[in-house]
This record gives sequence, structure tokens and C-alpha cells, in this order.
Amino acid sequence: MSVLATLVTAAQPVPVPAPPAPAATITQPPISYPAIMPILIILGAACVGVLFEAFLPRHNRIAAQLVLSVLAILVAGWRLLSYADEMPETGTITLGRALAVDKPTLVLWATLLVLTIGALILMADRTVERGGYFVADAAVRPGTVQDRAQAGRGEMQTEVFPLALFALGGMMVFCAANDLLTMFIALEVLSLPLYLMCGLARRRRLLSQEAAVKYFLLGAFASAFFLYGLALLYGYAGSVQLSDIANAAAGTNRSETLLFGGLGLLVVGLLFKGSVGPFHTWTPDVYQGAPTPVTAFMGACTKIAAFGGILRVLSVGFGTTSWEWRGVLWGVAIASMVIGAVLGLTQTDVKRMVAYSSVAHAGFLLIGAIVLKPAGLSATLFYLVTYGFTTLATFGVIGLVRNADGEATHLSQWAGLAKRSPLVAGTMAFLLLALAGIPLTSGFVGKFVVFQAALSDGMAPLVVVAVLASAVAAFFYLRVIVLMYFSQPAEDGPTVTIPNLWTTGVLTVCVLVTLFLGIAPSLVLDWTSSGVFALQ
Amino acid sequence: MTSSSSSAVLVALLLVPLVGAIVVAALRGNDRLAKLVALGISIVEFALAIVSWAAYDAGGARLQQAFSMDWIPSFGVHLSFGVDGIALVMIAVIALLVPLVIGSSWLEKLPEGRSAGGFLGLILVEQALTIGVFAATDVFVFYVLFEIMLIPMYFLIGSYGGANRQYAAVKFFLYSFLGGMIMLASVIALYVQAGNALGKGTFDWATLVTVVHHAPLSTQIWLFLGFFAAFAIKAPLVPLHTWLPDAAAEAPIGVAVLIVGVLDKVGTFGFLRYCLPMFPDASRKLAPLVLVLAAAGVLYGSLLATGQRDMKRFIAYVSIAHFGFIALGIFSFSSQAMTGSVSYMINHSISTGMLIIVIGMVIARGGSTRIADYGGMAKLTPLLAGLFLLAGLSSLSLPGTNSFISEFLVLIGSYPNAPVYTIIATVGMILAALYILWLYQRVFTGPVRGDALMQFDGPGATIAPETGARRAIRDLTGREIGVLVPLVVLVIGLGLYPKPVLDVVTPTVNATMTSVGVGDPVTVQEGH
Repeated sequence: MSVLATLVTAAQPVPVPAPPAPAATITQPPISYPAIMPILIILGAACVGVLFEAFLPRHNRIAAQLVLSVLAILVAGWRLLSYADEMPETGTITLGRALAVDKPTLVLWATLLVLTIGALILMADRTVERGGYFVADAAVRPGTVQDRAQAGRGEMQTEVFPLALFALGGMMVFCAANDLLTMFIALEVLSLPLYLMCGLARRRRLLSQEAAVKYFLLGAFASAFFLYGLALLYGYAGSVQLSDIANAAAGTNRSETLLFGGLGLLVVGLLFKGSVGPFHTWTPDVYQGAPTPVTAFMGACTKIAAFGGILRVLSVGFGTTSWEWRGVLWGVAIASMVIGAVLGLTQTDVKRMVAYSSVAHAGFLLIGAIVLKPAGLSATLFYLVTYGFTTLATFGVIGLVRNADGEATHLSQWAGLAKRSPLVAGTMAFLLLALAGIPLTSGFVGKFVVFQAALSDGMAPLVVVAVLASAVAAFFYLRVIVLMYFSQPAEDGPTVTIPNLWTTGVLTVCVLVTLFLGIAPSLVLDWTSSGVFALQ
Repeated sequence: MTSSSSSAVLVALLLVPLVGAIVVAALRGNDRLAKLVALGISIVEFALAIVSWAAYDAGGARLQQAFSMDWIPSFGVHLSFGVDGIALVMIAVIALLVPLVIGSSWLEKLPEGRSAGGFLGLILVEQALTIGVFAATDVFVFYVLFEIMLIPMYFLIGSYGGANRQYAAVKFFLYSFLGGMIMLASVIALYVQAGNALGKGTFDWATLVTVVHHAPLSTQIWLFLGFFAAFAIKAPLVPLHTWLPDAAAEAPIGVAVLIVGVLDKVGTFGFLRYCLPMFPDASRKLAPLVLVLAAAGVLYGSLLATGQRDMKRFIAYVSIAHFGFIALGIFSFSSQAMTGSVSYMINHSISTGMLIIVIGMVIARGGSTRIADYGGMAKLTPLLAGLFLLAGLSSLSLPGTNSFISEFLVLIGSYPNAPVYTIIATVGMILAALYILWLYQRVFTGPVRGDALMQFDGPGATIAPETGARRAIRDLTGREIGVLVPLVVLVIGLGLYPKPVLDVVTPTVNATMTSVGVGDPVTVQEGH
């Protein structure tokens, strides 16, 4: 991908007046291997995982894949930490300016790595659902005799692990992409595996496959928007480099139609990935249909990657023209908060409800993202960290409440859960309060820092809408708590499956992080505000 | 000032109920022991409150017994607490009410599957949080506790309340949370204001007061409205009051005492501690608006109280009327009226608290909250009738009871600045006599009648020949007398000799008056 980007930069005629001497001018750009080592490790491990699928006997695969993926992430994390010390203060721009590894990149990468470990452990759980969350044979047609037979078989498609690693690699590149072409390729690398993973649920396979197709079709549209916007911007600036676009916009009288047309289309593609309303329509269906650990992975990590990209594009590429487009994104943020909060009220399915909650949260995140100051950047990053952990745990808990047909996600089935399993109900109540933004949870501090950044940048009306939307959204979180605690349990209600030790550990860690960041956020706040995007 | 030792008392006041709650919650298997431990802890807490009161120097600094530690250095948030005269008396009232609530809930039948340990644990947590709200001197900490205290109350109403408890609990939570979120916007804006003025944001209350009260009027008005929304919902002022009748009607009696006696006072306390000193210009500008709401609340609450058929809802509307008086006294800007309002906050907790507890005793006997189910009860339970009447008379501010001096100060102090509203509110006094005495008349006088007293099924169905009522209807037990005696003493004691309370609150009221920048309209100056 880097070669492609270099080709484009080198081949385009506008800023380089020198006579094009084919082939000879294409030299390998200098590569800072320590900076990109985490990406290389993750993508390399993903390739090895594919080989595991080909060569390992089936009964060994799940353990081998899990060990490989977690090891790869741990090694990548270790490389990341050791690079964090030696990185120059302003960050490293490498691969011919295709990737920018700076402080925000490191924060996003580290968060993505940690959350992916959690999601992988949830994916590997085989005690909650016999055989695992994933289908034994994805090629069998849903509803047939063979399908019913495979639902009872204790096997699963272990391709999810390499797919998750590819998606993770894509997300990491996406956060660090310093030119739009790299960003587009990263977008595809992160999306394609996710489309596949959505269709692999063991139960309710039609719903799962519908989710996959819907996500794929809408995602393809969004990619097309992104690509079209990219083309227009290239036409405008003569470069796909974010900083070149910013420079071009700062001091020229070129066609603004190209600039804002391009930006608009580009942003639609990005907002789609971040499930920001009104580009959210895929979210409820996909969150509901996908296997719950995959939903957890998407809900936490895709959101982080998407907003990492949005932050960088807006502040590096379009910071100079912000006063022209910010009004539009005000509107989008308001729409997203209102859509998420109001439509969330009408949901009867827990997963769909959390999906709409994620749309509302995307609106809050967008407020932080359009502040375009260090305070806004650090607030949005902090919000992403808190939201990621809370969401991962929320879907983890949702996956535990089951009846004979699989997960019991209809709200009515949650009635009286607190009597049957006080611990799970208590955890869920705490997570919902965190999503609602009650103090002493990380959700509150996240909202607080974002609103504070917005207010100090003169966005008071947006903050007022945001607090009202939070109050509306609180209603549907509360409704679940009311059902769990104050309602009588149904006769044939679901039971809570006791997960294995690893899953329990993941949930515990996420809940503790949610609590800890609510009580003592200083450490992480200092970390997210330690630096800004590299501008080159 | 004995700062170190007395701030230890304040810390203990905050921590003892929290630790106690954990202990009590752990005793869920043994209801009796849980009750005893909870009662013991609440009495220790009351003793601590007395120590804190004794250590308070009414002529000393505004905030005493202060202590502070870093919490979130990135935002300059400190975990800091301290008391002024108003906070001190409110903390004392909380510490007084909780043991009485535990005593009056001793035989409370909890819903199936619920234990006394959970119930009392939540009450103790609520106590710690409300004390924290009154004692917080960091606006961030205040906000956090203001929101957090919804959660135990939400579970107290929703898990232990009456038939329609889910609706009431959610309504209560959403109203308060909405107000809280609006206040959050103002809290953050305060921080940003301080950051612009000082170069570094702070949440310290005393610093913020000095920074913000010079802000331009338009800024002040927006910030004022943010805080006001939260406090007006909490206190309840009239158009924002609809959660209270539901919450008070569905909550168990003891919890209703805490809602009306303690939780709602956070609203009026907020007016005094936050709205007036921080936004003096906005307060003066918007005072007519608040006075309209206050006078409307007095009339509306009184009229609806008169028309209620349910005793617990009756209490809620009585309180709404009383909160109208309190708001009237606060926003008419004279030190007499404000002193009256502050002492009204305490006396309302005492007299309405007593009224709720007594009504709870009536309900415990008859098993119904409908007024029409009772009649002529004084023949069966003369002592209960007498104490009900005393609580009622205290609620309608009969001279010689505690509320009289408060209501009198509010009205006399408000008249020069807000004559029209004061006259409207005076009508409320007359209505108060109507609704209280009419309730007494319907429930206690005349021949014994009503389904609750006469029904012939269920336990204790045997009939006493001389009255025709169920034998189970008996007069007050020793426990109930024990719960009511402290309240009777306070009702009469503070009615005859209100000086101890007035002495403590007057300097704080004067300080608040000074910060609003309004001189007294009357020549009487309370002792400096």
C-alpha cells in the first residue's frame, strides 16, 4: 500500500516540476521499522493464522489460533511500549509520509490492542455456547437438516481469529494513515474481515447472514463515497497527503466546490464507519445479527479506529478551513445524538438498544472531534478509551444471558434477572449507568471532558443538546435496570451461563477499568493529552 | 478554631454511614441484627452531628471544619468538604431523621424476597451521600454526589415501594437526572469561566464565587438557569414538581420522610449556596420569575392537598406548598425572610417528617392509604390522634410550634420587597389550616367508620364489641412513642425557643445576603 501511495505522489505532476523519468525516480522511501513494527507483527501473525487453518488439524486450531493471536498482540504491545520511549516528541512520519506514528496514534494503537485481546478471548469462549459462538460450517444453508446438525456440533470456524487480526491491522493503519489513499486501503482491510465475521453466528444464521450482507452492501457504498471524495480532493490539491490538502486550502483560489464536495463525500465514508447518525442505519441490524463477541469487537474497536481517522483527517487535513464546514458537522452531531437517544427508546432488543446507544455516543464523540484543539483531541481520545472498555464488557455480559434457543436478547426476557443472578444483573446495571454517564463511572468523566472542551471552544448550544440527549438516553438504560431489578422473573426466563475463567477475567477487567477511570481518571487523562498529531 | 479535630468529625460523619452500610448489607441473612446494627450506626452518626454542631463557631469563618485532598489534579478537582451554618443544621436534621426512620420502619413489611439489610444499607448510603452534598465545598464533588444520591433512592423506591413503584422510581430518576445534566453544562461552564479568568480552571466553591459573580449579566443568566433547573426540580417548584407525589406515594413511609425531609432540601440549599452567591445579578434579575413560581406553588400545593384522597400524596402536596414559602423567603432578599427560609427548611423536615411518620402509623393499622377508608379513629387510638394533631398543627404553623417562627419570618421579611407574592402566600396559610384540620376531622373524629377500620376479613378479624372496629387497631406501641418523642420535643422546644437554630444560621444568611449585594429593606439587622 505504501508503494501505491508513493507511486501516486511521485507520478502526479502538479507539485513536482522536474521532468518525469519513469522508474528511475521511484526509490524506496526510508522506513522506520521500529515505528511500524506493531502493524507488521499483527499482519504477519494474521498470515500465519491463515496457514494454521490450512495445516493444523481441526481440533487443535482454536487453541493454537488463540495463543498465536494473543501472543502477537502482546509482542506488538511490547514493541509499541518500547517505541513510545524513543519516539521523537513530534512523532515519526514514515513510509514516504504514508503513516504518521505520533502520540495520539500510540494511544489509539494501545487501546485497540488491549481491547482486541479482550474480544478475542470472548470469541474463544466455548463454555457459554457449546462449541463456541461461531458456526461449525459456514457453507451449510441455514434452516436445513445439516444446519441443525452443525448447530449441535462442538466445532467452530476458527478463521475468525486471523480475520480479527487482519481487521485489527487495518484499524491500526487507519488510525495512523497520513494520506487518504493509505487510509482508504486501511478502511478496506479493516472492513472486509468484519463483513465476513458478522455472518458466522452459530444460531439465528439467517439474521447473521442478513447482517453480513447489509453491512457489506452499505459498507461498499460508504467506501465508494470515500473514494469519490478522495478523487475530488486529489483534483483540488493535486495530492492525497492530508497536510498538502491543508496547505492547498490555506493559500489558493482553487475551486472550493472540489474541496468541500470532496470533504463531504470523504466524511460520509468516515461517519459511516463510526456509525454516526444519520449514517447509522446499518448499526442496529449488524449489531443484532453478528455473533455477540464480534459485535463487542466492532462496537469497541471499529468505533475507536473510525474516530481516530476522523480526528486526524479533520485536524490535520481540514483544520485550516474549519469555519466553513464545522456548521455542517454541528448538525450531524445533533442528528446523531437525537437519533440515537430517541430511537433507542423504542427498542425491544438489548443488542439493538445498545446499538442506538452507540449512535448517541458517536454524536458525543463527534462534538469532541470538531473542537480541533488539543483539549478536544485529548477529550475524544479519553472518551474512546472509556467507551471501548464499557462497550466490550456490555456485549460480553449480553452474551451470557441465554435460553434454549441461544441468546435471550429480547428485553422482556431480562425481567427479574437480578433475582436469578444478582452478580450479572449488578454488572450490567453498572455498565448501563456508565453508558448513561452517571458520576463515578468512566462514562461520566468522558462526557465531562468532551463537554468541557466543547464549551471552552464556544459550542454551548451543542453541549445543551448533548446534555438533553443524555437525559433522554438515560431512560432506556434505566428501563433495563427496572426490568432486571423491579420486575418479577418470567417462568421460562433465560438463565445466565457461567463463562469460563478467561471470559470472566475479561469482563472483570473491563468493569474495573470503567470504575477506575471514573474515580481516578488522571493517569489516562495525562496520557491522552500527552501530544498532538504530527503535521507534515 | 479546632480545625484538625473538628474536620475529623466531618470526615467521620461522611464515612460512618458508608462503612455501616457495608456492614448492614452483609447482614442480609439476619434481619433483626441488621436493624439493630443500622440503628446503632445512625445513633452514633447523630452523636457525631451533635459534636460537629458543638464545635461550630457561629461567629467564625464561613466554612468551618474544612478538609481537602487532591482528587483529579488534571482538572483541579479536590475532595473538599466543610460546613457553614446552613449546611450544619441540615446535616444535623439528616442525622436526626435517619434513626427515627429506622425506628419507624422497624416492622415494615418488605416485598417478598427483600431483606432488611439491603433496605437499611441503602438508607445509610443515602444518608452519607446527602451529608456529602451539604458539606461539599468543591462544585465538582457537589455535582457528583448530587447525581450519585439518585441511585440508592432509585432502588429504595423501585425495590421497596408500593404497587406502582417502577413508574415512580423511573420518573423520579429521570426528572432529577435531567436537572442534573443541565446543571452539568453550567458546572463545566463555570470551570471554563474560571479558566479564562485565572488562567487555570478550578472547582473550588469559594474561588468560583469571587470569579463568577463579576461575570456579565447574560453569562450569569445562562449559568443561573442551569443550576436553577436542577434545584427547582429537586426542591420541587411548581411546574417541575410532578415527580414528587408519585415518589412520595409509592415509597415506603421511611423513605418518603427522607425524600421530603432531606432530599428536597438539597434544592433550596442549592439556591442559597450556589445560585445567589455565584450569580447575584442574575438572581436579582430573575427573582420575580422565581417568586411567581413560589407563590403559585403555595396556592397550587395547598389546593391540591385539600383535594387529595390519598394520604401519602396529600403529604407531597403539603410539601410543595411549603417549598413555595421557602423559595419565597430566599428570593425576596431580606435577611429576615432568608433566615426564616433556612429555619423553615429545618422545621419543615421536623414537622412534615413527623406528619409522615404519624400517617405511616395510621396506614400500618388500617392497611390503606385512602383517606375515605378511615373515620373516627380517635376513639380507638387517642394517643395517635393527639400526636397526629400536634404534627398537623406544626405543619400549619400554629404559634408555639416550631414552624410558626419560620413562616412568620418569611412573610414579614418578604412583604417589603414582594408584597403581592407575600399576600398570595398568606392565603396559603389559611388553606393550610383547612387541609390539615379537614384531614384530621375525616380520619379521627366522629363515629368509627371506614373499610380500613371495620373490615371483617384477614388477620385480626375479631371485632371489639364496644366500637365495632377490628381488635387489631390499637394505640401507639412503646417503639412508636419512642420514635415520636424526640420530634414532639423539637416541635414544642423550637417553637418556644428557636434561638439555637437562628444563632447558627444567621451569620451564614448575612454572608449570603452580602454576596448578593442587596441591602436589607427593613432597618432590623440580625445580630452581627
